[in-house]
Amino acid sequence: MGNLKRLDVNPCKMCMPIGAAIAFKGIEESMLLMHGSQGCSTYMRRHMSTHYEEPIDIASSSIDEQGTVYGGEKNLRQGLKNLIKLYSPKVIGVVTTCLAETIGEDINRIAADFKKANDVEDISIITVPTPGYGGSQFEGYYLTLRKIVEQLAESSGAKSSKLNVAAANLSPAEVREIKRILDLFELEYTILPDISKTLAAPFTKDYSKIPPGGTKISEIKKMGDAAFTIEFGTLVDSSLSTAVYLKDKFGIPAYRLPIPIGLKNTDQLINILAEISGKKIPLSLKEARGRLIDTMIDSHKYNSEGRAAVFGDPEMIYAVSSICQENGISPVIMATGTDLDIFQRKLEELTADSRDQNLIFSDTDFEEIRNYVNEYNINIMIGNSDGAFIEEKDGIPLIRVGFPIHDRVGASRQQNIGYQGSNNFLDQITNQILALKHDNYREDLYKEFYQANKGAAAAKDAAELKVGEE
Amino acid sequence: MQNSSSSKALSEREDFIMTKGDNKENIKCDQQSLAGAVSQRACVYSGARVVLNPVKDAYHLVHGPIGCASYTWDIRGSLTSGADIFRSSFSTDLREKDIVFGGEAKLELVIEELMEAEQYKPEVIFIYSTCVVGVIGDDLKAAARKAEAKYGIRVIPVESSGFAGTKSKGYKAACEALLTLMSDFKAESIGVENKKMAVDSRNEIKALSQLNEDYSNLNTKEKIRILQKKLSQINSLQAGRAIEDFKNKKMKEQAENRRYIRKINLLGDYNLAGEGWIIENYLNDVGIELAARFTGDSSIEDIRKAPTADLNIVQCAGSMKYLAKRMKKKFEIPFLEISFLGLQDSLDSLRQIAQHLGDQIIINKVERLIARRLPDTEAKLRIYKNYLSGKKAAIYVGGAFKAISLVKQFNDLGIKTVMVGTQNGKESDYEKLKDLTDPGTIILDDANPSELEAFMREKGADVLVGGVKDRALAYKMGIAFFDHNHERKHPLVGFEGVVNLAEELDLTINSPIWKTIRSDIDG
Repeated sequence: MGNLKRLDVNPCKMCMPIGAAIAFKGIEESMLLMHGSQGCSTYMRRHMSTHYEEPIDIASSSIDEQGTVYGGEKNLRQGLKNLIKLYSPKVIGVVTTCLAETIGEDINRIAADFKKANDVEDISIITVPTPGYGGSQFEGYYLTLRKIVEQLAESSGAKSSKLNVAAANLSPAEVREIKRILDLFELEYTILPDISKTLAAPFTKDYSKIPPGGTKISEIKKMGDAAFTIEFGTLVDSSLSTAVYLKDKFGIPAYRLPIPIGLKNTDQLINILAEISGKKIPLSLKEARGRLIDTMIDSHKYNSEGRAAVFGDPEMIYAVSSICQENGISPVIMATGTDLDIFQRKLEELTADSRDQNLIFSDTDFEEIRNYVNEYNINIMIGNSDGAFIEEKDGIPLIRVGFPIHDRVGASRQQNIGYQGSNNFLDQITNQILALKHDNYREDLYKEFYQANKGAAAAKDAAELKVGEE
Repeated sequence: MQNSSSSKALSEREDFIMTKGDNKENIKCDQQSLAGAVSQRACVYSGARVVLNPVKDAYHLVHGPIGCASYTWDIRGSLTSGADIFRSSFSTDLREKDIVFGGEAKLELVIEELMEAEQYKPEVIFIYSTCVVGVIGDDLKAAARKAEAKYGIRVIPVESSGFAGTKSKGYKAACEALLTLMSDFKAESIGVENKKMAVDSRNEIKALSQLNEDYSNLNTKEKIRILQKKLSQINSLQAGRAIEDFKNKKMKEQAENRRYIRKINLLGDYNLAGEGWIIENYLNDVGIELAARFTGDSSIEDIRKAPTADLNIVQCAGSMKYLAKRMKKKFEIPFLEISFLGLQDSLDSLRQIAQHLGDQIIINKVERLIARRLPDTEAKLRIYKNYLSGKKAAIYVGGAFKAISLVKQFNDLGIKTVMVGTQNGKESDYEKLKDLTDPGTIILDDANPSELEAFMREKGADVLVGGVKDRALAYKMGIAFFDHNHERKHPLVGFEGVVNLAEELDLTINSPIWKTIRSDIDG
């Protein structure tokens, strides 16, 4: 279902630059500069800082009225200079905002000129056009990954046995889990972006403004030599796909997979890893798989009562709906604010066997989601904390996953992927359904069978009494 | 020692930083942020949004791309006692084609949708302008006029294009929108007329008494004539009739006074964690009513009636002094700058308000309120002082009014302020901060994380007071943190607030966590 509304009430999306910011935070020794008005960077820093509970430094070129009229080149050059002085980064992401795009700033040229004019040959400046009106955080994120690779990856002529991984917008803990799984297969890999440390930095004696970790530039440069690419992004347009780029440019076979949440999605990943590594599936993963299935059996009756609304980032919705679907939790509503044609088709495929009517919305807002949540008796919501609004108003519990999570701690430690993570995630959902049952079944049954009967009898008595009076 | 403060910063930033006691007399402020420095500031739009958004039954429509609406949706802690439509985010969600062809058509359609939707009944719509809207040149005024004519409601544009200045400019844009709403107030309504009459009669008496005082320049004859007249006045007073007249006149005047003078407007309070309610409770307690609140828990109706009030009290001067000045000029409402942040300031403010109203009953009631609340509060503060005395605080907040009140409160609690800065302070604010702090204190405007980090480290701060973005920085440095932002969920005003402040400082500064990690930090 498309959204014919033009008015957006309570947005179920953010804008492109914040997707870019998350992607750049996973590059080693990188800093980001937003070319635009001062406010954008501040808002996004706040948004990310409450989610990750980490300092999020993002610079702005602080274009003012003059810059808007005469062009922001001076601001951008000065911004780059100051940024380098303060942070000494090895990589600088320069992304545009609405303002810069509207006044027609050529960031590629300005960045190139800046590099020439200043002695900063050792700094990689990566440019990404991310006008806020050009899409949501979803496109901003994937486009940025692709631009980073486009501008850095080379082919040395010699093939390596390495694996490229373009990650979805996962939590730092989930990126760690991906790496753990890849290590189990003894694969050599480059994962992009690697936010596992940068956005979940351990407490240490010395705080460093640019946290250690992240994907190394030297590794990204070698991505053109890799043997395979895995990209977590089945709903990503090929023009935004890093895997597609690497395939087209360097002939690297591409596997485009869903985020490994749930048995089916995780199986898909594990089987491919076994295939490309030529190794047997490690025992520990087999056991974890067995335990997940065991849980699925143990919980299946409870799960059958779940009627879920799933919202947020399209790729996350797909993965969450998938685990719901395979466990008999009906993903009645699947909704994203991102305007994405393929969304409808992919989720229809996913829920083809469903007995329920599934409502699939892209380019929607929380007002519409809320209307359907109430109309379709949803008893559990799974998505980012923007859904807390509905939880507060209508009392429907929300399981917080994805980005952003503002009102609870631990977003960066959430681990819902792989067999183990899926197991924990499923327990969380099942327990919510169980809590609903335990909280209400006495009263529900009392109302249905005792009170209704007594009430009817009382009404009958009263009616008879009235007849008698007449 | 000189330039110890400046060496931590970019050269362009040096003029914005000083160490009290060093050669520098003052710092630069109120300027556009430096590119690339990672300023903590937001934009014009954000300023307008903070000030205007709490108007609870208005529809706040953001005309721009989705981000501007998304990042500001219900993130502030303004509480409401009634309507909560202000907590919903309305946006035109501009897309690429709207930028190319102009956003006015979409704006028109969106307003139409809003008016036709069953669940919405807008009486007032504020349309916020954003960066792109300012660039592509959508005529919000025309669109607003058109919508007003079509639907018979009030549609008020807010000139808040993000790039067109600093946050302070956004405050002004919001204040202008509020003034537009107040202009709906008709002069024939009681308040202004009554007030005008009362002011006239007061002036008459004043003039008469002044005339009576001065005989020096008069010749003998005139002097005699005046004295004779006075004598006859006294005679008629003695005759009794005049006494009644005088009494009546006085009583009437007092009644007139009473009718309006106890109604005041509270400006620059956003009812964060119910702070506006706390202030209102005090005022009600001493016999003062609030006409309108600007803007925490305010309604359209309240704001339209605001011109009937006789006094404006301004809590957050940075955002609302402008409105107070404009209301003084337009509606002849005097204003008092007050502050309910901090104990002494709260007491002073209550007394100042009572003195200004000049009603002995209110003055007495204020003293009774203070007598009732002060001992407990002071007793609690004394306990916390034991825990907090000797600690070192760094402050970096948005508004200077907050910073000033914090330094004062820290002084009372025996906490030494080692660094204090604001995003939007003015020259006079920094003068005040300089007076309040000890030599060696770093004072800075529009700081960035690098500077905050360097100075906190240099000065050995035990706690940072700041906004959400700064919290993670403090924690990563192993420093306690006090939340002084728009999202806070604990009130910081009045008697309740000073105790909350001390309590939160204590629980963060003296948390066992710092002992636990001490070896990591020191070792």
